Amino acid sequence: MRNRNLMAGVTAAACIFGAQSAGAVEIEYWQYIYDTRVTAMDQLIEKFEAEHPDITVKQVTFPYADYQTRIVAANMARKGPDVLQLFYGWTDKFVAGGLIQPLPQDVFPHEEIEAEFFPIVEAMKRDGEYYGLPTAVRSLALFWNKKLFEEAGIDGPPETLDELVETAKALTQTDNGGNFTTVGMTVDMAGQDHQWWREVLIRQFGGQPYSDDYSEVAYDSEAGAAALEFYTALQKEEKVGTAGFMDEGQAAFRAGRAAMTIDGTFRLGSFSSIEDFEWGVAELPANAEGLRSNYASYFANAIGSGAEGEELEAAATFLDYLSSPEAMKLWLEVVGELPARRDVALTDENLADPIYGPFLKALDYAHTTRFVDEAAQRQVTIDMTNRVLLQDQSPADSVAEAAAAEQKIIDDAR
Amino acid sequence: MTIEEAEPVRPAARSGGARLSMRTRRALWVWGFLALPILFYSVIRFYPTLDAFRLSFTDWDLMSTPEFIGVENYARMFGDPHFWQVFRNTFAYLIIGTPISLVLAFTIAFFLDRVRFAHTFIRALYFLPFITTASAMAWVWRWFYQPAPTGAINSFLGQIGLTQIDFLKSTTWALPSIMATAIWAGLGFQIIIFMAGLRAIPQTYYEAARIDGVGEWGILRKITLPLLKPTTVFLVVFASIGFLRIFDQVYNMTTNDPGGPLGSTKPLVLLIYQTAFSSYDMGYAAAQTVVLFTILLIVSLLQLWIMRDRA
Repeated sequence: MRNRNLMAGVTAAACIFGAQSAGAVEIEYWQYIYDTRVTAMDQLIEKFEAEHPDITVKQVTFPYADYQTRIVAANMARKGPDVLQLFYGWTDKFVAGGLIQPLPQDVFPHEEIEAEFFPIVEAMKRDGEYYGLPTAVRSLALFWNKKLFEEAGIDGPPETLDELVETAKALTQTDNGGNFTTVGMTVDMAGQDHQWWREVLIRQFGGQPYSDDYSEVAYDSEAGAAALEFYTALQKEEKVGTAGFMDEGQAAFRAGRAAMTIDGTFRLGSFSSIEDFEWGVAELPANAEGLRSNYASYFANAIGSGAEGEELEAAATFLDYLSSPEAMKLWLEVVGELPARRDVALTDENLADPIYGPFLKALDYAHTTRFVDEAAQRQVTIDMTNRVLLQDQSPADSVAEAAAAEQKIIDDAR
Repeated sequence: MTIEEAEPVRPAARSGGARLSMRTRRALWVWGFLALPILFYSVIRFYPTLDAFRLSFTDWDLMSTPEFIGVENYARMFGDPHFWQVFRNTFAYLIIGTPISLVLAFTIAFFLDRVRFAHTFIRALYFLPFITTASAMAWVWRWFYQPAPTGAINSFLGQIGLTQIDFLKSTTWALPSIMATAIWAGLGFQIIIFMAGLRAIPQTYYEAARIDGVGEWGILRKITLPLLKPTTVFLVVFASIGFLRIFDQVYNMTTNDPGGPLGSTKPLVLLIYQTAFSSYDMGYAAAQTVVLFTILLIVSLLQLWIMRDRA
């Protein structure tokens, strides 16, 4: 009943607005508000419209906090977007809820996607169909404060985990009361550390975070406990940092009070305004055997389930453009996110870039966690760490408890 | 209805051929104006409230059609230790927060009422936090509570040689730390209301008591407090509901680990928010809302009843 009334209103509104744009197709593109992303999209739309004069693209943006709710609500009112941006981790929910439709195979042949994109796009595949493609991808790296390194007489960023601890120790400074004035390494599970622990540390300690299809939690193991032990020891034993120092790891790094922090490509924009010191980017440290890993993620563009007929055609054309090498280059320049196509990303120029290089190298060995409820799964990791840091629970017990809690979240969602 | 009765009845013929009597037309006008807010409230308040009860018996993720699952949501909730932790937190805010804030507010109002020097200025100072945006204030306090050298409080403690307190990073201290902010934020309003109540007590009572030789303490106990009762009842109910619905301060002071560490500061409203808008488990969130609604109802009725009985 409610829906029917809403529909009537929507139809009436559509009649009024529809009358103005006879002939040309207008499609709506939705993404969340983030300055550089919106600017980049404006530029892309302008170029696209110049090439396709019969298609108009209207960009609609919402604050990130409301974004998912808006999509869901709009879909219920049959007023959803034609093309939309979504985090790869929402795919399960969006497919199950009928918010997005499979990409038409004539425009997006699977062999082509699999040959040209980084393997992490697999995370957009459900039941043999791709539900979206990214323009850009993100990975993690170690940010280091060159000024603090220089003052401590250290040449460059650590290559291995052991070196990481040693370097961090040398860089840590405390006042007379024993309070940190500079931390060697940030400890911030609520930031990107939970990804580091999950996809990098566990593997480096010889384990596996999940089963291959991410349906079973597999970190309740010696490796999982050892990884957590290593992580919590940064605060408890080595005393190179403390959770909550300067509120957030990235804030501490920005303020020049953290020598090293792990963060993603998306932080480049915010760190680029740092004026007090120079900073560098390095690949995440390897373990003693040289094993490296990384966590890659992305926002993909997908076609809304409401798009039909010529709107669907226009949506596919637009999405094809958003996934083109040209769009990726522009996105890299404006937003600073890495191209999702191998050949656009792995150029000699990009690989030699001191900033993009370390992130790009990681894409070849990166993993993409299949989240069912990212916030809840992150919370499990935060709580797991806090039990060790605040309540002195043993890492093994805490990991076991976390594994059970996360398995429940995954099971409930499936 | 009282409006209709209050108006003297006028002959219908006077209104120049109109078929409706003045009285009826007036009633129509009144109800016409009243209908708008009533309709508005029915659609945006009462209907969703009632609908929440229905939803609490369903499994709904906002995208699929709600599926009726009986009392499963309630069974899940009452069997979930996390829910009970949140439940305890909520009552900690209520049971500790309400009395402390009211005693503080009354004490300040009582003495402020006697201060003549810079009275308005001091009153404005107390009132300022109340008109400040809760989130802005929460962020300022969040930084106060940081470890040294960035946190003001810990830096001060360090300077006078005391040990650091892990305010927001400790499962013991986080809840009291946030509660202190919430109390401080609501204090201004309560002081103003208490002072209005104090001013409303006729001076003659005090004069009579003094002539009879009643001491200050006696005056407070026998005259001021009993006569302030309507004000106190109002503030108790108001503050209780405020603490039961606490959200802004907690959310803004713990955004990195909402309601943490380890859920030690999470109130019911934050749990509902996360269940609904982070996990999109609408049916379960509705069940939690029904529980909150019931608690609010019981607490309010109980307080009104207790306070009335002692009159």
